[in-house]
Amino acid sequence: MATYSTSEFRNGLKFLLDGQPCVIINNEIVQPGKGQAFNRVKYRNLITGRVLEKTFKSGEKVEAADVVDTELQYLYNDGEFWHFMDPETFDQYQAGEAAVGDNAKWLVEQDICSVTLWNGEPIAVVPPKQVTLEVVETDPGLKGDTAGTGGKPATLSTGAVVQVPLFVQIGDKVVVNTQTGEYVSRAKG
Amino acid sequence: MSHAPRDDWRPTATQAALQKRARILADLRAFFHARGVMEVEVPMLSAAAAPDVHLRSLSTWVHRPGVGAQRRWLPTSPEYPLKRLLCAGYGDVYALGKVFRDGDESRRHQPEFTLLEWYRLGFDLQAMMDETAALLQAILGPQPVLRLRYDELFARFAGIESAYTAEAGVFRRALTAAGKEIAGVDPEDTLLWRQLVLTEIIEPQLAAHGVVFVWGWPREEAALAALSPEGYALRFEVYVAGMELANGYEELREATAYAQRFAQWNRTRRRLGRPEMPVDARLLEALQANGGLPACSGVALGVDRLVMAALGVEDIEAVVAFPVARA
Repeated sequence: MATYSTSEFRNGLKFLLDGQPCVIINNEIVQPGKGQAFNRVKYRNLITGRVLEKTFKSGEKVEAADVVDTELQYLYNDGEFWHFMDPETFDQYQAGEAAVGDNAKWLVEQDICSVTLWNGEPIAVVPPKQVTLEVVETDPGLKGDTAGTGGKPATLSTGAVVQVPLFVQIGDKVVVNTQTGEYVSRAKG
Repeated sequence: MSHAPRDDWRPTATQAALQKRARILADLRAFFHARGVMEVEVPMLSAAAAPDVHLRSLSTWVHRPGVGAQRRWLPTSPEYPLKRLLCAGYGDVYALGKVFRDGDESRRHQPEFTLLEWYRLGFDLQAMMDETAALLQAILGPQPVLRLRYDELFARFAGIESAYTAEAGVFRRALTAAGKEIAGVDPEDTLLWRQLVLTEIIEPQLAAHGVVFVWGWPREEAALAALSPEGYALRFEVYVAGMELANGYEELREATAYAQRFAQWNRTRRRLGRPEMPVDARLLEALQANGGLPACSGVALGVDRLVMAALGVEDIEAVVAFPVARA
């Protein structure tokens, strides 16, 4: 198993801590003039997303984590797993609830998502920045209101609820920013 | 610290920062000139190196006609040649120049940096702290000054009484209580757990206290300081804005004590699998000649950090024209 010594620590390095994959966010060397050096490391646990700090005696080793970021196409959900495919190799992957989390509501079939694999298994799924989804439920709005000054909640085909302008109708397709959860525009065509 | 490659030729410090740096160098020289302390230059290519366990010396090869290739060591501080001058009777001296410590690179470290080191005959530790405070005020302007003995520091900022004698568990528990996670330290390694309380719990709090002198270090961390009758080291460290800035000793004088400490550090190096360093035999000779080292105190002060404190910047690259990444 590959290991990294503290002297190889750098931002972005992926390693195992207590059996979980983590990524270094900040590595600060603490070197007293007359004392032992330490590395004060801020890292993100890639499973929980939590950011934590740990101070390593310099010379300590950590195990490398086999973590890669890939671009995969979302295929379908079978009720338990979300299925993805590598569009070049056609390799298929299934991601569970823990990996998809709240992003489930932004997964659109055929969209290319950023998927983080740990030992070949998805641990995090990030949808495209913008997705296009159909409105399945919303109050009838005022036909004439095209200025988009007002707003109303709309439920989309994936279950996501977003604020949309009053003119948006059931059956319309809308573009939504997945990072903010905000309506961007009506989809063309 | 990542920069576009095409900008690599540019200095990382602004012109204003380098002007301030030049002013400080001139002010430091004026401070010592006014006090009759003589500036001297020390060798950059020494036959000996500092055996301090945690220092990594750089070396190169010198080809001497009629002698051949000799390995020479770049100084980690000017301490040994300055002490040889003191033993030779040359009086109060200081050196202001580059020193080298391999592997050190962070927001507060560069592998080559500028050190000021000065020695004062007849000064005890308290007098040396007075002069260091005067120097810092001369450069940084009026500053609140706090002086604490090492055990008082631990009591006040970490709630630990008897820091000199407390066991590893006391320091370990304080770190756990403060939510600090530490990896790779033997549970019974008192020295390291104590050091971690200092760097992880205490130092961040010192930022709010201006200039802080911590004196009376545990005897295990005496370096080349003399010991007090109570058994602690006559050594101080100065923190400015929570940053370790200077280190002072009431100097150890006995040649045998130097030889013992050097040998002990080299033994520790061997145990830790680190290279042993060639001991400065000429320093040991000087300490035995003509009455040896006169009673004195000395201070080493990081000049880059002094400029950082004067400018209120956090990154050493802001006060150095060309840090190692662009050198």
